[in-house]
Amino acid sequence: MKLALGPLLYYWPRQSTLAFYADMAEAPVDIVYLGETVCSRRHELRLPDWLEVADMLAAAGKEVVLSSQVLVESESDLKTLRRIIDNGRFRVEANDMGAVHLLSGGDRPARNWVAGPTLNIFNPATLGLFADLGATRWAAPPEMSRQQIAELRAGLGRDVEVEIFAHGRLPLAYSARCFTARHYNLQKDGCEFRCLEFADGIPLKTREGAPFLTLNGIQTQSAHVHTLLADLPAVVADGLDILRISPQGEHTGQIIQLFRSALDGLIPPVDALQEAIPLLPEAPCNGFWHGRPGVEQLVIH
Amino acid sequence: MTPARPIELVCPAGSLPALKTAVDHGADCVYLGFKDATNARNFSGLNFDDKAIAEGVRYAQQRGRKVLVALNTYPQADNWKNWTTAVDRAAEAGVDAIILADPGLMAYARKVHPALRLHLSVQGSATSHDAVNFYHQHFGISRAVLPRVLSLAQVEQLIAHTPVEIEVFGFGGLCVMVEGRCALSAYATGESPNCQGACSPGKHVRWEQTPKGMETRLNGILIDRFADGERAGYPTLCKGRFDVNGETYYAIEEPTSLNTLELLPELARIGISAIKIEGRQRSPAYVAQVTQVWRAAIDRLQQGKQPFRIEPAWMADLNKVSEGQSHTLGAYYRPWK
Repeated sequence: MKLALGPLLYYWPRQSTLAFYADMAEAPVDIVYLGETVCSRRHELRLPDWLEVADMLAAAGKEVVLSSQVLVESESDLKTLRRIIDNGRFRVEANDMGAVHLLSGGDRPARNWVAGPTLNIFNPATLGLFADLGATRWAAPPEMSRQQIAELRAGLGRDVEVEIFAHGRLPLAYSARCFTARHYNLQKDGCEFRCLEFADGIPLKTREGAPFLTLNGIQTQSAHVHTLLADLPAVVADGLDILRISPQGEHTGQIIQLFRSALDGLIPPVDALQEAIPLLPEAPCNGFWHGRPGVEQLVIH
Repeated sequence: MTPARPIELVCPAGSLPALKTAVDHGADCVYLGFKDATNARNFSGLNFDDKAIAEGVRYAQQRGRKVLVALNTYPQADNWKNWTTAVDRAAEAGVDAIILADPGLMAYARKVHPALRLHLSVQGSATSHDAVNFYHQHFGISRAVLPRVLSLAQVEQLIAHTPVEIEVFGFGGLCVMVEGRCALSAYATGESPNCQGACSPGKHVRWEQTPKGMETRLNGILIDRFADGERAGYPTLCKGRFDVNGETYYAIEEPTSLNTLELLPELARIGISAIKIEGRQRSPAYVAQVTQVWRAAIDRLQQGKQPFRIEPAWMADLNKVSEGQSHTLGAYYRPWK
């Protein structure tokens, strides 16, 4: 089973980002998704910079995929999208239907691509259709349960790699509004790039102090950290292909190592979770995998 | 300027009485759903069975109006048949179009009911001409409903690059998140607009008077707390007050409605084909009020008398039925973002 590092969902300073990926070149991760998927105003790294990182990771033996932006609004966003798709070297993860259109023909030659987790592919008919259009890998929507993923695969009747969201704060929603700018009473156009100050986003709590969500620019994440470390025996039994680990502000390398060690039988999965808990920015959850509200944590024995 | 084709007014019908009310007050189209998870307003007591749809279609079509059926949630492997059956039922009822989000279901509808007109639902999250044209190329959609995220200039740009008719929201409850791209409700309750057709569903809601005030909870999660004299709103989870860095406020969105009436001339100029009114969960009285105002406004615009003028009474009537009794231009107004 392969491990993938998902796209960096936060906005880190340039040097921190470059240092992070230099570390990842040494980490036991097989696939790395790169690029800005959340906000077109984030420019610490531009496409040429991302391509340099991609080359460095590819030279270190990683499979590199360029992820497209989830919410495409402007002509400028569409131009960036075309440049990503026409990069000429790396496979692309499509995160909106505009990207699918361009990757599967549109006005360009068809190629093979990754169907991202925000495409809302929930059933065999839809995945089959995208496979016909060149999708060779499907990143399941994080809200799908183990059973729903298994049923989709059973109904598909063909070979498409399956990747699941296995670790990280859940990317739950996207908006035209920037909630980080709103917190500072700033307009999005004049946001002063406040996201740079929060390596793990801004915690949002209920009025009784319970962690609930995380504000990350136009994206809203869970406060709790979805992790399937303790669920790995089920994940392995189902024969899924790839586990996605979403970068967090600190300790991402250690989390990856725990997944690798647990998968390789070097440490029991339940112990791996216990070791991971102090490394998480908030308590763990795994409800979605069990067909429950995502916030819940079902204890694995 | 008078648009080449009249703008269609598309009104919500959560029930047969609401449908008749919408038609009687000047809706060009009504949209509705079946009594199940195949549509994004899967609320108890709402929506249509086959008998009600048959009567609704007869009532509307006899008066030259259209009926659109929303089948705009995402089926899964274990319930796929419910959605294809719903497509068949809509086709058999003789509706004018179905509103879909799932590409697999679109392919089914195109193959089995080739003459049936397809609209792309707002739940499809198509925000660019490339995205809209994808559905046009593969499924021959006739119309797309845009998520409430683009500026007027962006909508204009999109319209210029697609043969697909464009429908936008004019009035009603405002999703601050991109439609089809929100799993907040799934995270808190296990039920989402995408898969169960429900956001912040009533069965998970608890209202509780406490010494600190009226508390509203969703599956146990405190969404808001109201002081005496404050009007306690329904705990839609993005419209609660939360604590961010020690400050308690509407961190995501206030309870408010979208109202773009003042943009109507601009919407007409850039070539919008239809305006949608949100609110299948609202009463026939709401439908009457909102339909009547928008009918009058569209008629005045299309009579071409310059300058187009909004009656103060129209805004007052719309504010009365707005969530939180307030309104916003949403993403059409840059500072809102």
